Amino acid sequence: MTTIAPPPTIDLARLEEPEPERDPTGAQLDAVNISAWFGTNKVLDRVSLSMPPGTVSALIGPSGCGKSTFLRILNRMHESVPSAKLAGEVQLNGQDIYAPGQRITETRKRIGMVFQKPNPFPAMSIAENVVAGLKLTGAKVSRSAKEALIEDCLQRGGLWAEVKDRLDRPGGALSGGQQQRLCIARSLAVSPDVLLMDEPCSALDPTSTRRIEETIAMLRDQVTIVIVTHNMQQAARVSQQCAFFLAEQGTPGVIVESGPTRDIFERPRDQRTSDYVNGRFG
Amino acid sequence: MTAVADVSPASPLPDDDKPRSLGSGIGGSDRVFQVSATGVGAVVLVITGAIGLFLGYQLIPTLHNYGLGFFTRAVWNPEQNLLGISGVVVGTIEIAVIALAISFPLALGTAVYISEYAPNWLKGTLVALVDLMAAVPSIIYGLWGLLLISPHALYVARWINSYFGWVPFLKVDTDPRAAAFSAHNYVSSPFIAALIVSMMVIPMACAVMRGVFAQAPIGEREAAYALGSTRWGMIRSVVLPFGRGGIIGGTMLALGRALGETVAVLLIISPEYDLKFKPLEIGGITVASLIANQFNDASSSQLSALLAAGFVLFVMTIAVNTVAAIIVNRSRSGAQTDA
Repeated sequence: MTTIAPPPTIDLARLEEPEPERDPTGAQLDAVNISAWFGTNKVLDRVSLSMPPGTVSALIGPSGCGKSTFLRILNRMHESVPSAKLAGEVQLNGQDIYAPGQRITETRKRIGMVFQKPNPFPAMSIAENVVAGLKLTGAKVSRSAKEALIEDCLQRGGLWAEVKDRLDRPGGALSGGQQQRLCIARSLAVSPDVLLMDEPCSALDPTSTRRIEETIAMLRDQVTIVIVTHNMQQAARVSQQCAFFLAEQGTPGVIVESGPTRDIFERPRDQRTSDYVNGRFG
Repeated sequence: MTAVADVSPASPLPDDDKPRSLGSGIGGSDRVFQVSATGVGAVVLVITGAIGLFLGYQLIPTLHNYGLGFFTRAVWNPEQNLLGISGVVVGTIEIAVIALAISFPLALGTAVYISEYAPNWLKGTLVALVDLMAAVPSIIYGLWGLLLISPHALYVARWINSYFGWVPFLKVDTDPRAAAFSAHNYVSSPFIAALIVSMMVIPMACAVMRGVFAQAPIGEREAAYALGSTRWGMIRSVVLPFGRGGIIGGTMLALGRALGETVAVLLIISPEYDLKFKPLEIGGITVASLIANQFNDASSSQLSALLAAGFVLFVMTIAVNTVAAIIVNRSRSGAQTDA
């Protein structure tokens, strides 16, 4: 008999906390029958998921199951890969972002993204990094409004206290965790309706991870958040809704099960979900 | 086993705690390769040094024969044995700088297009075509410039003269609006020579720039796109800042090449040795084409003078290339951001 390591304990008490009454300002994001290919290799098969405002949706699943691809389809980053193709619709407040006439730059502005590896613009200062999106999208903002925006976004990104005295220092000189929060602040500066996060903590230490999770909890009312994570406890901690992706041997990825995070972790309907969230594979 | 060291502080021999000598740990074949690679590298240095020494040595007879005036006079009169290179040096810099002004935007635009806009199937072809520009012999460029470009470029020169002639150095001493304008005032000018030289230095500048643009980190590119940036916005905020070292370095390398261009300049330009800065006007010379032009008829003291002029060019080129190398190495180009 081989001994199986005990599955990670998940703080279920935290999941039970009642949903406070909120009036979220994010947007409704719906993926409808999304399929995706790289060349002839199909990686996602008719995946549908509804991501309501005021909710953090976690996408979980083993490596290579298509969850990052799914996330990149949500703000049209998928098509930057030359051989990438997709089918289905992504609706932002009911409107298909892939419809003809939808500007890709406008879509990406409304659906921001934070990447796995922190990627501040190294040639810019911390302050310039925050408002880089304004410059890139050609938005004209007065100097005083810009300063207010920098402070506001850094506050919301949970970084203001640490950097308020050195806003003119290069963004690349911050620690990894600070850089990631700077990237979150940068995404917020163009006032997106949705924020996508692709394993935002996988390159960070536990303390930085905790700070980012606090930031996510704070932002939840303001933007709809979709987060890809490999860390089950993180999914349990930050999300209200959870989707379990799986690509079984040679088949494209599908959502095996999705629903309230509590249900996915406590009473999964599918055996595979149960195995995965209890750490028996993946 | 003795491999386990005694780490207790109460070691009987306190002087024991010395750095060990570590053998090189390099095997036989590695050592052979290391020695031969070092040898080849040293040969390059020795050759460059020897050329410098050989040319520099010619300064002694030159200064003896012509005095320090050799550097300040602007005349080359072998019959009266009156030689000075100040006009020649200025002409060299003049042509190189104008060539750079023409080639820089072309090389930069080509590099940006190839690395950022060109579809994949076109990229390889374009790279090969630009590299092919470097493979065309300079005599061919010279003939092309003389026979094909020069007859048309003189109209460009006249146009610049008539509209920008108020800028002192763009003035040509003739009436551009005369009914029968004197075309011969505009041909064989440093401007036309520089135009041809610019074509010859584009591939080098373009290759260096393209190389660094292609290395702009994907993470930063995606960050810009995810903020809603257009492609041009991404290029401006990610690719160009990242490639700044390569842009400067490539341009300086091109400058080094432009300084030394010989045959094409000699074919086009009409030699004049006086000190002036009139690019649109007929007449001028560069150090390299001076040497090629005067070499055959030179007496031994004049030959030394020509080689001394070559030494001046050698020093200029080395200085430019060294600065280019320093800039390229110091810049962030080629270095990923560390998370």
